[in-house]
Amino acid sequence: MDNFTPFSAIVGGVLIGLSICILLFFNHKLAGISSVIGGLFKFNFDDKLWRIFFLFGMILGALIWFEFNESSIVTFDSNPWIILAGGLLTGFGTQLGSGCTSGHGVYGIAKFSIRSIVATFIFLFFGMLTVFIQRNLF
Amino acid sequence: MNRINFISFSCGILFGLGLAVSEMTNPMKVKAFLDITGKWDPSLAFVMTSSIAVTYIFLKYIYLKRKNSKIFTEIKLNVFDFKLVVGAIIFGVGWGLVGFCPGPSVAALSDIQINTIYFVISMIVGILIHRFLYKKL
Repeated sequence: MDNFTPFSAIVGGVLIGLSICILLFFNHKLAGISSVIGGLFKFNFDDKLWRIFFLFGMILGALIWFEFNESSIVTFDSNPWIILAGGLLTGFGTQLGSGCTSGHGVYGIAKFSIRSIVATFIFLFFGMLTVFIQRNLF
Repeated sequence: MNRINFISFSCGILFGLGLAVSEMTNPMKVKAFLDITGKWDPSLAFVMTSSIAVTYIFLKYIYLKRKNSKIFTEIKLNVFDFKLVVGAIIFGVGWGLVGFCPGPSVAALSDIQINTIYFVISMIVGILIHRFLYKKL
């Protein structure tokens, strides 16, 4: 566990939680990212702009941190074909299951939604299973 | 920029910052959490626990005390079905393959890398395939 970073994990988690709470409190909108993105691809034109602002904010927020912390990096262990397949499955799966790590995993669990707890356990299990197969059987 | 968009933008910054600080924007860090039989890194569990705690306290002590919390009536509660289970399985496999879920993949666009761009584009294609199949456009 030499890469374990509990302090930055907790600080980051609190920031994510605050973001969800503030957006809900002032805008009555859910910061479940798969639905923020998914809503961009529906025909309701009056509901698009806040999503675009939120997503650009996310990019800027991460950029600010990357600027000041050169050790923060984005690294992959998959080839481009795996990455394309992963993106496709993530996009389709989060829409079919109506949520991802933020919508089900954070907000849904905080609300004690049975649906979200079930979904989170399932995607965690299959995520772990996939990594296990990838790293041990190939 | 009106008030709603300003708040959205600010919350986006906070969310992206949180993902970057906790290194959830790094797929290898996320995969180290999913790799329970390897060199396991439990950091992601701490990210989830702390964000759930903040959200829970807010919902219980602030938001649910308000009458106009209409967002709760829009969501079907406590009904799990075929779509939820299959969707979560498909997402879980995609998440494990790369180490990106939707939020971190968008935030990671700031560290301009072709692999992140590939992921986000194919994720959008996945969303569009779902829209097409379920005629939800």
